[in-house]
Amino acid sequence: MNAVTQPINPAKLVARQQLALQDPDWVRWTLIAIAIGFISLFICLPLGLVIFQAFSKGVAAYWSALSQDDTIAAINLTLLTALVTVPLNTVFGVTAAWAITRFDFKGKSLLTTLIDLPFSVSPVISGFIFVLLFGAEGWFGEWLIVHDIKIIFAVPGIILATLFITFPFVARQLIPLMQEMGNQEEEAALSLGASGWQTFWAVTIPNIKWALLYGVLLCNARAMGEFGAVSVVSGHIRGLTNTLPLHVEVNYNDYDVVGAFASASILAGLAIVTLILKTALEWKQGNR
Amino acid sequence: MSILLSDISKNFGTFAALDHINLEVPEGELVALLGPSGCGKTTLLRIIAGLEHADKGRVLINEEDKTDQNVSQRGIGFVFQHYALFRHMTVFENVAFGLRVKPRRDRPSNDIIAKKVHALLELVQLDWLNDRYPDQLSGGQRQRIALARALAVEPSVLLLDEPFGALDASVRKDLRQWLRNLHHELNVTSIFVTHDQEEAMEVASQVVVLNHGRIEQQGSPSDIYDHPANAFVSRFIGQTNVFDLDKHDADWLQTAGLLPPHSDGKIAHVRPHDILIEKSTADQAAPATLKDWQHLGALIRLELVKNGSNGSAAPVFAEMPNDQFKQLNLNRGDKVDLKIRQAHWFH
Amino acid sequence: MSQSSVMPGFRPTIGFTLLYLGLVVLIPLSTLVFKSFELDWNDYVHIITNKRVISSFRVSFSTALVAALIASFFGFIVAWVLVRYSFLGKPFFHALIDFPFALPTAVAGIVLATIFQPSGFLGKLLINTLGVQVAFKPMGIVMALIFISIPFVVRTVEPVLLEFESSMEEAGSSLGATRWQVFTKIIFPNVFPALLTGFALAFARGVGEYGSVIFIAGNIPYISEIVPLLIVTKLEQFDIQGATAIALTMLVISFVMLLLINVLQYWVRKRSGQL
Repeated sequence: MNAVTQPINPAKLVARQQLALQDPDWVRWTLIAIAIGFISLFICLPLGLVIFQAFSKGVAAYWSALSQDDTIAAINLTLLTALVTVPLNTVFGVTAAWAITRFDFKGKSLLTTLIDLPFSVSPVISGFIFVLLFGAEGWFGEWLIVHDIKIIFAVPGIILATLFITFPFVARQLIPLMQEMGNQEEEAALSLGASGWQTFWAVTIPNIKWALLYGVLLCNARAMGEFGAVSVVSGHIRGLTNTLPLHVEVNYNDYDVVGAFASASILAGLAIVTLILKTALEWKQGNR
Repeated sequence: MSILLSDISKNFGTFAALDHINLEVPEGELVALLGPSGCGKTTLLRIIAGLEHADKGRVLINEEDKTDQNVSQRGIGFVFQHYALFRHMTVFENVAFGLRVKPRRDRPSNDIIAKKVHALLELVQLDWLNDRYPDQLSGGQRQRIALARALAVEPSVLLLDEPFGALDASVRKDLRQWLRNLHHELNVTSIFVTHDQEEAMEVASQVVVLNHGRIEQQGSPSDIYDHPANAFVSRFIGQTNVFDLDKHDADWLQTAGLLPPHSDGKIAHVRPHDILIEKSTADQAAPATLKDWQHLGALIRLELVKNGSNGSAAPVFAEMPNDQFKQLNLNRGDKVDLKIRQAHWFH
Repeated sequence: MSQSSVMPGFRPTIGFTLLYLGLVVLIPLSTLVFKSFELDWNDYVHIITNKRVISSFRVSFSTALVAALIASFFGFIVAWVLVRYSFLGKPFFHALIDFPFALPTAVAGIVLATIFQPSGFLGKLLINTLGVQVAFKPMGIVMALIFISIPFVVRTVEPVLLEFESSMEEAGSSLGATRWQVFTKIIFPNVFPALLTGFALAFARGVGEYGSVIFIAGNIPYISEIVPLLIVTKLEQFDIQGATAIALTMLVISFVMLLLINVLQYWVRKRSGQL
């Protein structure tokens, strides 16, 4: 997973000119055609369709779909979820990366593996484990009912499941980078009399800021877009526990295609903005 | 086999990397392409190999025009600067590669391949490493494996790009000697690229000095050292003192016994060992003062200040054997007489 | 204990890391294991050997395998083209590769279902020309999983191709190898471990994928019902035991497969001198 989210500076993708590395023209054009065909079919076509479908019944229909109370409630819940989970996982990511890359201790590689764990768990199972903990038949189920606290089929459950799903994103970005950086600059700052906090803010943060933003960006995209895990814990109560992705599903299953695609287009817009920012950050990081 | 380059030019954008190069390398020579970085020497080597196309000109190997032939058909051996050993293959497989990729009808049997590879590994004295991977070897060992790999296909010419560039100084010295001996043994026409004049002089039988994409001089090491064709070669090969007649050096040179030339040369290049030194008896008229000296093993390098010039003038360097220097019994600040034995005059 | 005693903050950072990891990941995940202890073995076997359950496992794993293979093949070509060649719009295509990664799965799901359903753009085309229906069939699941898998393969192979030392290729050519020989004997063996990683990531993701699949799959029991959906179904029927048994089995199989792939990868790297 880590390799997938590592930034590649697009500026490096300059085709090489050496003679011995050149493929015959027919090979080159065939492969380019296959690649573009494949990307067009599997990526450009879906992208185009979201935009087309959202506006197929006209802009007015799009607006009316978006201005429904349920849609607005779904947008608000999605924003709230991201607003809680992203900062928490960001703080965790920075802390964990500091502990793992700046010190040597037993069980370090186990810890690194455990941080990746949520990546290899199916989203449905990720939601399900919180049902097992807090659901009516779960460990804390009875206690929660007695005290009248709702977690499953309520907002806290959605936040917990999202927290689990987006757990590794920031840490995964920072650990390899800070490992590679080493701690010489920080040692230099400490030797010049800076305190630990001063060193962190003045030396560490400027060095990792782009990678940190990159991790936050990916974390946020997933937090706003998560479907499987949230679907299991949400209970699909309209206006209350539907996030935007769940709202898309509900509309779609009700044969409200315009409504589904109106909400979907917001999420697709989010994906496109994420891609643009991601590309910008890759350039930034590459030019460091 | 002989190599003939005729009128080779190559531009990178508006930058002329090679400018009408004509060069003939007779069979069996070990030639150094010598020049500062960016002079075009590596580009020239890669053009001979077929790794790069010249914009203009022909490449002939053994009187056969190879200009339009692909690198894989030229039958050359190329040793890359950082060796380019195949990381995923053992030493044995690296050396065997060139034999294994031959078309089936020319491909030797596995037995013959094994025999040949082991013979080559013995030649480079590394047979005991045959099942290691490149990552497990030292720099010098990789170097020799790269050479064995290039030799496996029995190339008509051997091309080496900065063969000692990535090595430690001590390993480099040993390998220079070793390459020279190997060339004597195999007698395959070889060209190597280097920016180190000492290396070129020590290893090569012929030296080609390149600068700004042009050949400045071609000749044996002693030719080039003793009769540099121009100021660039003189300055690039060995140490030299530069005197400019237009800059008040004419009179001073006369006191050092060097008369202006009959030609219209304006600049004199003097090798440090061509300056003879004696303790001055006539204190006031002495041409120079000894400022300092350094030990260079068997030689001493003396740093002299020209008398009568202001303090910022360039120092003059002279060299003499260690024991001779001891006999002179000189101290810092002593006035010295000097005699310049010979100079090369340039415009 | 610490790598450099001057670096401050070991206790607080490791403390917070372990606490947070425990609360958010380890304790919730361990409930699955503890809950399964409440099942006795016979019940467990009974649930797992149910024909519908076995079919769903077959559907999930086979579609994920096929999709990961197809994505690996085309993903390799895409990575190759992006690294090696220059053509109009390359930066645009490069940026698009991550689109499946950034697009919420539910959106991907309804979009792919719309494209491939019998009345959809491609669905109609495929039925009219090849007579193949994709939606509501395992084939539809494969399509969705290919979409999901693309960035995993491309983004693991791309950096390795980018870092690949071009002088190794030149060396191959100078020794008389044809372009095809250089590719099969020098380039591919060096890129293969990365391709294997990409394949493994795509496969693992595909097995657990839910959002992008359920809309196109049609979810017909025994034919196109995937394991994650079966867990959700059991849960909706308040069959916690059934859901637990299936979820645990799936988790264990996924981990074992990841382990096997890691071992395989170790072996491949070792054999190719990369360890």
